[in-house]
Amino acid sequence: MANTLQFDLVSPERKLASAQVTEVQIPGADGDMTAMEGHAATITTLRPGILKAVSPQATLAFAVTGGFAEITASGVTVLAERAIPVSDLTGTLLDELIQEARDLAAMAEDKDAGDKIVNDLQALRYAATH
Amino acid sequence: MPSLKDLKNRIGSVKNTRKITKAMQMVAAAKLRRAQEAAEAARPYADRMNAVIAGLATSVGGSDGAPRLLAGTGADKVHLLVVMTAERGLCGGFNTTIVRLARARANELLAQGKVVKILTVGKKGREQLRRDLGDHFVGHVDLSDVKRVGYVNAQEIARDILNRYDAGEFDVATIFFNRFQSVISQIPTAQQIIPAQPGEAVATNTLYDYEPSEEAILADLLPRGVAMQIFTALLENGASEQGARMSAMDNATRNAGDMINKLTIQYNRSRQAAITKELIEIISGAEAL
Repeated sequence: MANTLQFDLVSPERKLASAQVTEVQIPGADGDMTAMEGHAATITTLRPGILKAVSPQATLAFAVTGGFAEITASGVTVLAERAIPVSDLTGTLLDELIQEARDLAAMAEDKDAGDKIVNDLQALRYAATH
Repeated sequence: MPSLKDLKNRIGSVKNTRKITKAMQMVAAAKLRRAQEAAEAARPYADRMNAVIAGLATSVGGSDGAPRLLAGTGADKVHLLVVMTAERGLCGGFNTTIVRLARARANELLAQGKVVKILTVGKKGREQLRRDLGDHFVGHVDLSDVKRVGYVNAQEIARDILNRYDAGEFDVATIFFNRFQSVISQIPTAQQIIPAQPGEAVATNTLYDYEPSEEAILADLLPRGVAMQIFTALLENGASEQGARMSAMDNATRNAGDMINKLTIQYNRSRQAAITKELIEIISGAEAL
């Protein structure tokens, strides 16, 4: 039995998942990372991407659009503004998200950051449908 | 002296009123439970976020590079009051207590020569404030079509406020809402959201690595923090509104019951009086023969 860590995924409206897992793959703003038991304490922001929690029994996968993750040696807490189980993910839903991100990017002062989010979402859309 | 028929009609109408208030009370009770659950469910996220913001704010706060949302504009001239009330009435003092607190604060600020701008959320507060502070309104958020308040609603309000802040429309923002204590007690609360007032950082012995950097994370988190505070306030308000309505309707139901009892006694007395009168007439008629 591999060492496990506590994985929690919370959205503003409710707790989405809480489980003992062996590893968590996080789409960090500076690059993807995998947290396992004993990981150095880290706080990172998320970019839109797929969050995966792997346990011997099952793999939980969620598409997240933003938020941050708090990693400690014994657990990972992900605070996502929006998290959608990958099984519910459809092209149309992603198109809506992309459109929303475009609208926001158009309003934002920081064009680069907005464009980056749109790009990330498009990559996600591509990965999900191919 | 009302006639017997009048009394009977009045008893009937009060009984109908009691039925309505009783039904409203039960609806409020059901809604209250849901609202409380929603408020409960939002707590882990809010707690975590506040803890992280507090931790970051203590380490970044003093430096020059602190984000404007935390450091403020350096001025204290223009205040934005966000007054959150209900869309409906019939909930006791719920709306009035919020409005009273907001009005007191507005008058206090005006007396100090500050500029006051008011953003109303919910119809009732707007109606009550319009008469004496109507000139200060800068916007209104209508939630009457929203069945169940979601994070999206809070995000929209937050976006509006943040855009105004970026445009330099105000220096300090405060939200007014009712904090839910229990069914019979809701506490009107004023909470400053901009510049952010992070709570005391809990001393931990974990030293975090930050990716990308502390400043970048803080800059990313603060707007979310504003949205989350508004969301929490909306949820607290929702629970408070239902709680207030429930106890108001409970009182109304009880009052209606008392009224029915009183009216029934009066009705019985006058009926008895009429019977006695008739008897006296018959007896005195018979004696006269």
